[in-house]
Amino acid sequence: MAEVLVYVDHADGAVRKPTLELLTLARRIGEPVAVFLGAGAEDAAPTLAEYGATKVLAADEPEFVEYLVVPKVDALHAAFAHVSPAAVLVPSSVEGKEIAGRLAVRTGSGLITDAVDVEAGEDGPVATQSVFAGSYTTKSRITKGTPVITVKPNSAAPAAAPAAGSVERLAVTVAEASKGTEVVSRTARESTGRPELTEAAVVVAGGRGVNGDFSAVEALADSLGAAVGASRAAVDAGWYPHSNQVGQTGKSVSPQLYIAAGISGAIQHRAGMQTSRTIVAVNKDEEAPIFDLVDYGVVGDLFDVVPQLTAELDARRR
Amino acid sequence: MKTLRIVVCVKYVPDATCDRRFADDLTVDRDDLDGLLSELDEYAVEQALQIKEAVDDAEVTVVTVGPEDALGALSKALSMGGDKAVHVEDDDLHGSDVLGTSSVLARAIEHTGYDLVLCGMASTDGGMGVLPSILAERLGVPQLTQLSELTVKDGVVTARRDGDLASEQLRASLPAVVSVTDRSGEARYPSFKGIMAAKKKPVETLDLSDLGIAADEVGLAAAWTKVDEAAQRPPRTVGTILADDGSGGRQLADFLAGRRLV
Ligand SMILES: Cc1cc2nc3c(=O)[nH]c(=O)nc-3n(C[C@H](O)[C@H](O)[C@H](O)COP(=O)(O)OP(=O)(O)OC[C@H]3O[C@@H](n4cnc5c(N)ncnc54)[C@H](O)[C@@H]3O)c2cc1C
Ligand SMILES: Nc1ncnc2c1ncn2[C@@H]1O[C@H](COP(=O)(O)O)[C@@H](O)[C@H]1O
Repeated sequence: MAEVLVYVDHADGAVRKPTLELLTLARRIGEPVAVFLGAGAEDAAPTLAEYGATKVLAADEPEFVEYLVVPKVDALHAAFAHVSPAAVLVPSSVEGKEIAGRLAVRTGSGLITDAVDVEAGEDGPVATQSVFAGSYTTKSRITKGTPVITVKPNSAAPAAAPAAGSVERLAVTVAEASKGTEVVSRTARESTGRPELTEAAVVVAGGRGVNGDFSAVEALADSLGAAVGASRAAVDAGWYPHSNQVGQTGKSVSPQLYIAAGISGAIQHRAGMQTSRTIVAVNKDEEAPIFDLVDYGVVGDLFDVVPQLTAELDARRR
Repeated sequence: MKTLRIVVCVKYVPDATCDRRFADDLTVDRDDLDGLLSELDEYAVEQALQIKEAVDDAEVTVVTVGPEDALGALSKALSMGGDKAVHVEDDDLHGSDVLGTSSVLARAIEHTGYDLVLCGMASTDGGMGVLPSILAERLGVPQLTQLSELTVKDGVVTARRDGDLASEQLRASLPAVVSVTDRSGEARYPSFKGIMAAKKKPVETLDLSDLGIAADEVGLAAAWTKVDEAAQRPPRTVGTILADDGSGGRQLADFLAGRRLV
């Protein structure tokens, strides 16, 4: 069967959930071969194997951290040349999309970004995308070269399917031209211990209505094991980091449950959460556009409703 | 020749507050839709103008690839303060995908001459956010993308990119391709004077033959991808909305439990 390259997203060898989803999807169209860049391939390999990677092509060049993005394209391109895959799947992160885009140019291949599903089709893989702020669903395929597809988090339920997954070293030569942008310094973001926003099954988000105080939103999130999101108004006010912003210029999320507290539901916010399975809102204003989207809405003060919900959930669990 | 030639890539997009839809050939229906300069490209224009204001001798050219209407995006960028515009317009461009558009843009930018190319972080319609990176690949110059801060001095770009895991400080030499986020600084409004002045600024219109691109290299027929189906998502069924009578939180808990979400 044809091989499918899966670009691994990981934090120092800890494989992130979207990669397991990609491996699961890749098995529908061929045999997954994982491409692991950076340190920790040996730690990651058992997990990758468990989810179906027949092998793990690994490279750890210093240029991956010294320069922005492009050295990783060189590496993925080397894996591509080594395997001649039937398709390449890459997680839809900012960096993932850039790597995929450049690989598509280099290999003369079509590119599909932000797929929410991938299936086998008669003329190659078929990717489902959600477009125009979730108002349309499209099915597309690639008509030139080797399909290069980036897939959004939460697009599939990871399913184990053990395979060999042995680590093979990938020979990579980073071109001089790929060292154009130097990473002078890097300040890691502090971990909050909460789930990653785009990967979480539940997201609790706060907006301008929280008035500078995210504690009620965080308490509910922790009770639900949820990630915390924020509207741009809350981020612009400096109440929450930009990495938690949901919407057009923040993250796009698609959890099982999205709870919006004190968020009006502007189109740019909706663009990032509209495809959530169940949507719940708490807002003082019954006219707020967010209520057009909800499965369940409470018109009320979030400082009453949200803590009551948290207390109720905690009480039921005891 | 100006010492710093800045090219800003701007896109004309359907207004997101209108009902956007697909045409029969499954391309985005751009007829009967109000369009505008993609809001996120205003941030790129703003940064270009700020860089220009900070150096002695710079020139800002705004470039778009798009239909006749796309002139609207150029006019807005010129009224904000751009110096001149390039409009690549050709019927054969209809239905181009990002690989097609990027190759046309790359040629147009080379034709214009550049030291610094500025883009928005993503277009508000397609929203792929990949064109700047692909453009850098095609032009063979450094990419500095998704920047929240940038400075250009003595032929060097220094910048900050705030990613998911880390905030990175970046440096590259010109020529380079840059994209900026909506956190790079509010875009200015065109002044009345700016709007009047824009009417007299030069707009160069180019077609594919001017750029030495064959018609069959771009457009719908040559696209690297094909949309086979586009279905409107059924509108969300309106849910239950209740006014809090003091037990809203508990009722919400009942709802979530009923759906087995907790
Ligand atoms: C180019 C561009 C990109 C953008 N990108 C994004 C994006 O990615 N994400 C995003 O979110 N926005 C984005 N925006 C901004 C967007 O247009 C809105 O301004 C923003 O989403 C509003 O945030 P909000 O709902 O928190 O604030 P508001 O619109 O001010 O809404 C606050 C809500 O809280 C309610 N409220 C107040 N107090 C309480 C209380 N005590 N209890 C309950 N409810 C209360 C109010 O009734 C109101 O509905 C973008 C805008 C532009 C122009
Ligand atoms: N047709 C176009 N003409 C000019 N610039 C464009 C065009 N399409 C995209 N761009 C630029 O590329 C950026 C990212 O676009 P995209 O990859 O489509 O999200 C935009 O913000 C623009 O700066």
